[in-house]
Amino acid sequence: MGSTPEFSRRAFSRRDLIKRAAALGLIAVPTVSALSACASGDGGDGDKQVDKGRKTDRNPLAVNESAPLDVVIFDGGFGQQYAKDAEAEYRKAFPGAQVKHAATQEIQTQLQPRFNGGTPPDLIDNSGAKQMDMGTLVGKKQLTDLNTLLDAPSYDDPAKKVRDTLRPGVVEMGQFDGNETWILYYAYTVYGVWYSKTNLQKLDAQYPETWDEMLKVCEAAKKKGIAGWTYAGKHPYYLPFSLYPFIAKIGGVEVLNNIDNLEPNAWKAPAVKAAFEAYYELYRKGYILQGTPGLTHIESQTAWNEGKALFLPNGSWVENESKKTTPQDFRMAVGAPSSLDKSDKMPFGTLWASGGEPFIVPKNAKNPQGGMELLRIMLGRKSSQNFIKSVSSLTSFNGGTDGLTLPPGLASSQEALAKAGKNVVNPRIQDWYVALQKEKIGVAAIGEMMAGRMTPDETIAKIQRFADETAKDSSVKKYKHK
Amino acid sequence: MQHGKYRFIAGFLILPLAIYGIFVISPFVQAVYYSFTDWTGLSPDFRVTGTENYRRLWNDDVFWTSVGHNVLLLLVLPLVTLGLGLFFAFMLNVGGRRRKNAAVAGVRGSGFYKIVYFFPQVLSIAIVALLFQFAYNPNSGALNSFLSAIGLDSVRPAWLGDPSLALWCVMAVMVWSNVGFYVVLFSAGMSSIPRDFYEAALLDGANRVQTFFRITLPLLWDTVQTGWVYMGIMALDSFAVVQIMTVGPGGPDYSTEVLSFYLYTKAFRDGQAGYATTLGVALLIVTLIFAGIVMKLGRRERLEY
Repeated sequence: MGSTPEFSRRAFSRRDLIKRAAALGLIAVPTVSALSACASGDGGDGDKQVDKGRKTDRNPLAVNESAPLDVVIFDGGFGQQYAKDAEAEYRKAFPGAQVKHAATQEIQTQLQPRFNGGTPPDLIDNSGAKQMDMGTLVGKKQLTDLNTLLDAPSYDDPAKKVRDTLRPGVVEMGQFDGNETWILYYAYTVYGVWYSKTNLQKLDAQYPETWDEMLKVCEAAKKKGIAGWTYAGKHPYYLPFSLYPFIAKIGGVEVLNNIDNLEPNAWKAPAVKAAFEAYYELYRKGYILQGTPGLTHIESQTAWNEGKALFLPNGSWVENESKKTTPQDFRMAVGAPSSLDKSDKMPFGTLWASGGEPFIVPKNAKNPQGGMELLRIMLGRKSSQNFIKSVSSLTSFNGGTDGLTLPPGLASSQEALAKAGKNVVNPRIQDWYVALQKEKIGVAAIGEMMAGRMTPDETIAKIQRFADETAKDSSVKKYKHK
Repeated sequence: MQHGKYRFIAGFLILPLAIYGIFVISPFVQAVYYSFTDWTGLSPDFRVTGTENYRRLWNDDVFWTSVGHNVLLLLVLPLVTLGLGLFFAFMLNVGGRRRKNAAVAGVRGSGFYKIVYFFPQVLSIAIVALLFQFAYNPNSGALNSFLSAIGLDSVRPAWLGDPSLALWCVMAVMVWSNVGFYVVLFSAGMSSIPRDFYEAALLDGANRVQTFFRITLPLLWDTVQTGWVYMGIMALDSFAVVQIMTVGPGGPDYSTEVLSFYLYTKAFRDGQAGYATTLGVALLIVTLIFAGIVMKLGRRERLEY
């Protein structure tokens, strides 16, 4: 006890010690939380995979009948029930196999460590706002080539390959540089201008096939205190869903391909300027719902459901996502971009449609055959019908709608696809260059223009600068249209 | 007894120090190492690229924008939050009308207010951000509804949708959710200041403002300084609010981009964990500079009482 007073006076006081320790700790706190999660792991070697099973007509992928299957599903707009139903089919086919099912919205944070450690699941629905970067996964050779699956006999008709039962463009979307197919998009999304037939009827209007009519409908709506358009202001990368096919329609599909290829001056094409100016006019004439730049996608959809605005650029998942706020008599429908004028290169009906819900089988999966087999089941007629019925979206399986009463939005999507025929465009920029498309072009340029803070010319110059920066950035892997 | 003092202390500290070394220091060192690589975060295959990441960082406009925002947050947030916290705490403890038998007292109902102020602290920051996102909704949100209710229909700011307002909206939420903690912290500090100091001051004819600046603040300085460091850390982080509330997030047009969020998008959206750790190292440097400045500026003679 005798030492205590001297101890504290001569060396350092207890308070000082505590204070210094606390200060050290405090410095460490914010940085540690950001950094400590990182450790690159030791990777995996392929020899941990299970043995193949016996290849038969009913088991063309030679799945090991008793090997466990590990599935991770993105629990988003489409939920997870469809996958569970397909897993039940899998269990029926392989009664000895255990299926481990997990659903999450945090795909990257949950799966990134498993990739690093070399123990990824067998099948992943790599979707949502927190998906893992596909380009990186492919570039680092982390995925299994799905051509094995595509060349296997289809689930319903052994005479047909899986490849031949899919909708056009689906296989190409899953390829990057070579002939390997890394991704299989399961849902099939139709993008465009979404509207309510009922609300248009109240204005004695139909979906405007030309831009002049579009402006007229908006003017008529404005007189009644209704806005023409609204959009997900907080996520302005929803605007391209109708803007990009509009550009293609005006200037031809090459314009979009040049944009995807990051060609110099791709954005300076006259078609881009024409399309941007048309959209900017919506703002200038006051046809955009007040406050739209501050709305989330859900808030904008709800305002649209409530009839506060007529048109909404969106994808076909909107029907399921806005189910709870959609009035019974809403009669949801999708329209292709209106014609700007007679010199448009592509006919009315030109539409953006492409695969959604990217499914991948990791290269280091223990049971890759099992993962592919589950996909084969899902791409069968029964599972596809189940998906269409339960989440009102098409699948990549070309068919499955016959004999079903489709909800209005989905029926309209199908009509729009039929009308588009061959004129389906598929801009790839949103899966090739996510940062460029979402935060730069979407939020920092198009969003600013539609909020009235930039003119179309300034917007185009800014986007061109962003695109050039990305083209020069050696840390971003580049892709080209074939 | 002085002999062997340090060995004696070290003996007690060895286990916590080891844990600290493994879980805190070693990730730091690893992070510095990874910041010199092109690691994607998605596979263990990467190579060392030297100072490439740092050169990129230097030329990265978004990085400098976010540093600017972090510095602004660092200046404004502690000032406003601690200022409000001190003011409220003073009013709750000392600012009330004089009553019989007591030299100083809080305003009427101060016990109730104390709980009310602390309430936001109980809510998770995610919930707070979500609630404020509704309040900031330009059409049906509480703020604009209030504006139109008092006849200001023409003023309808887009709040988070407006680049000149968005960062201030973020700050307001952070002040709101943190001020209660400091009210409680400072109240505790103030209640330990002996009452006779106040009595003496009052006898000498000091008013409330003088009492605050001559007695309360100097005696509370240690607590304020600690609060400053804490609040600075909140300002350097601000990840949750930005990610949940803002346009984009991080927008509009990068107007709410902060280092921690930028780091997150690079690591987890773009698969550039190497560059993200470089950002982390930059964040560490900013934090060290901040802590250094606070410690330096805050050094004052301590009053024992």
